[in-house]
Amino acid sequence: MSYNKRILYVDLTTGKTEVKPLNEKLAKEYIGGIGLGMKLWLDHSKAGVDPFSPENPLLFITGPLTGTMAPSAGNSYAVVSKSPLTEGICECKAHGFFGPELKRAGYDVIIFTGKSEKLVYAWIDDNSVQLLDAEHLRGMSPAETDETIREELGDFYIRVSAIGEAGEKLSRVGCVINDEFRAIGRGGMGAVMGSKNLKAVAVRGTNDVNVANVEDFKEFVRTIYERMKGPATRKYRTLGTPENVLVLNALAALPTRNFSQATFEGAEKVSGEHLNERYVKKIIGCATCGMRCDHIALVPEGEYKGSTSRVEFECLWALGPLCGVDRLDAIIEAIRLCDYYGMDGISAGVIVAFAMDLYENGIITKKDTDGLDLNFGNHEALVETIKRMGTRKGWLGDTLAEGSMRAAEKIGKDAYKYANHIKGMELPGYDLRTLKTAALGFSVSFRGACHLRSGAYSPDVKGKVDRFKIEKGRGKIVMDGEDLYNVVDSLILCKFSRGVMYDGLKDMANYYTLATGIKMTPEEIIKAGERINNLARVINIREGKGTRADDTLPWKIMNVPVPDEGVAKGAVVSQKEFDIGLDDYYSVRGWTKDGIPTPEKLKELGLNDLVKIVNKKIGSKKRGK
Amino acid sequence: MPTIHEKKFVSGDPSKCIGCCVCEYACSMKHENTYNPTKSRIRAVRLNSFVNLAVACRLCEDPPCVAACPRDALSQSEENGVIIVDEDKCNGCGWCVEACDYGAIQLHPEKKVVFTCDLCDGEPQCVEWCPEEALDFTTKDVISQKARITAVKKLFQEALKSEKK
Repeated sequence: MSYNKRILYVDLTTGKTEVKPLNEKLAKEYIGGIGLGMKLWLDHSKAGVDPFSPENPLLFITGPLTGTMAPSAGNSYAVVSKSPLTEGICECKAHGFFGPELKRAGYDVIIFTGKSEKLVYAWIDDNSVQLLDAEHLRGMSPAETDETIREELGDFYIRVSAIGEAGEKLSRVGCVINDEFRAIGRGGMGAVMGSKNLKAVAVRGTNDVNVANVEDFKEFVRTIYERMKGPATRKYRTLGTPENVLVLNALAALPTRNFSQATFEGAEKVSGEHLNERYVKKIIGCATCGMRCDHIALVPEGEYKGSTSRVEFECLWALGPLCGVDRLDAIIEAIRLCDYYGMDGISAGVIVAFAMDLYENGIITKKDTDGLDLNFGNHEALVETIKRMGTRKGWLGDTLAEGSMRAAEKIGKDAYKYANHIKGMELPGYDLRTLKTAALGFSVSFRGACHLRSGAYSPDVKGKVDRFKIEKGRGKIVMDGEDLYNVVDSLILCKFSRGVMYDGLKDMANYYTLATGIKMTPEEIIKAGERINNLARVINIREGKGTRADDTLPWKIMNVPVPDEGVAKGAVVSQKEFDIGLDDYYSVRGWTKDGIPTPEKLKELGLNDLVKIVNKKIGSKKRGK
Repeated sequence: MPTIHEKKFVSGDPSKCIGCCVCEYACSMKHENTYNPTKSRIRAVRLNSFVNLAVACRLCEDPPCVAACPRDALSQSEENGVIIVDEDKCNGCGWCVEACDYGAIQLHPEKKVVFTCDLCDGEPQCVEWCPEEALDFTTKDVISQKARITAVKKLFQEALKSEKK
């Protein structure tokens, strides 16, 4: 069976390590990946723990398919901890080569607790676990760290997941990167690693990974490989996600200049079409994946000549149109720098755009920027600001490294009106005024503004609903998307390959059963998805978040109508329709009007141990009245 | 034994290989009934994003690995040219590993003997599974022919285009 049924505990304070068994019932109820990770985080943490406290557990979790030949799921891992950006639960997934190595080393989960006195890296060589000095790696990028560790340990095939300077310096948008450019991107997981003085996790695994039903698994995997050559992955194999630039621009859904406009006059110049024609030099892939989606761009000439990075839509958008920058060479360089310092490229771009907006509106001045002309469209200022954020240099770099919500609080005045975040996490590249199912979906997401918690932008973009309004029925669309994505992220299937599951939940349940030998039906697996969403919500409630008051939208989305001429002119989300959406969503979820899961719902999902948390909250709400 | 012109081996095309290691998983499953790249007879190497190649035994003429074995544990098959390891004679000393310029013969992680590509009885599973069609089961002559044809096509692409009209 494809679980190792082993959890590795590493106490960074004492250096002690221990292996404990993973309970099979828990594995089935929470699948693996983010589900299992969040459950174990809850069980190993105290309410209200500070994200930067040694007591905030940091988990690395594999999925039930990790280490097998399952395309796009065999190569993955997830990281879970409390986010310094949202102060709620955070989960991220990354693919590449690191995850399967961890599985082969013999573990399903690593739980890091405590804080090392000095900067160290964890060297996990099958059964041997050591904390090695990492002082010489301080300030190195994740990729440099990776290379140096492999060199000093003397094995080319060691896999490394590491933080850069941003994480070391507790930037709240610090990420963790494995295999050069695969990121545990959002929510500041890199900063949590940094707070523990953990520079990297290096793994060598030489054990077998076996599946329960070898012949049928092989057959199923063969089918998936064939489907991967088909229409479901076309976009990712050809232009890649930057295809979205022109698609969203045509829909007036491409946020531009910090959500000042919803279309970008320079869209053609930063389109996926132009990117591929001019800059993409090779398209590569992760372990055991037949899709290949990594569009590696190289700047052939000019001031950014030689700059190379993996380009996806979200970072391209955040560091491009959102900052008013229409030069792909500068965008490629900005993405490279985000990877270099180990920063979430989405948040970084949204934060720079926020600062540019403040500058254009006179809320910050040249004095604050140390002479930098922080106007929209200034690509040199973009690149410089990224460098300052990554190193926390100067007032500007130090302030912005805290994320847009905290930076706005620090700056005061009307700065909050320009900060485009939900629950502290910066928005991804979809204009929520013209994609309103997405507005609802992003607002209720448990990790903050995130397109990948429910995929709620999809029905809007595909024209399956009237994207200019929120009405009854959207709650169910968001809920179904969330539950499904919880399953996907717990199996840790790459979302680019979600379309190859032609039979949806049936395929996913089958995949699980063939690999683990644990019987799973489609009904059970979607129930697990629902369970995981309720679990995450209750965790946030325990941490003082996660009620209706936290399900918000950025100020601009609700107060500044889209100015662009055309179909979207005047679009804005009204409080009234937003309330209709929230009511509808909470109602289909079986939650109270305040967005709190009811004891009945929790019991139905087998979450009896969480009832006391919501009872406390519901009780305090009633007393408050 | 087939001549050097006839000998078919697993060849990787660096312009197509993306370093995904699917070949390694297919190989370990075929030979060892498990998923474990350290038990694969073919290994992918990613130097950086742009440079990827999977490497397997090239079935050399007068193979240096065979010559290097002091215990006569290695021989080359008369039938198809693969390197045969006599696991009773091999003691894992590794002279053959040093002799191979391509890293195509390795020490088995568990069995303490060396192992290398056996072409899966003429149906190499790595070639079968490679999602990029970057691996070929082919001869050196066919590779050079293909390269020539590609080069000439590139040289005369304008002429070829006009021909279609």
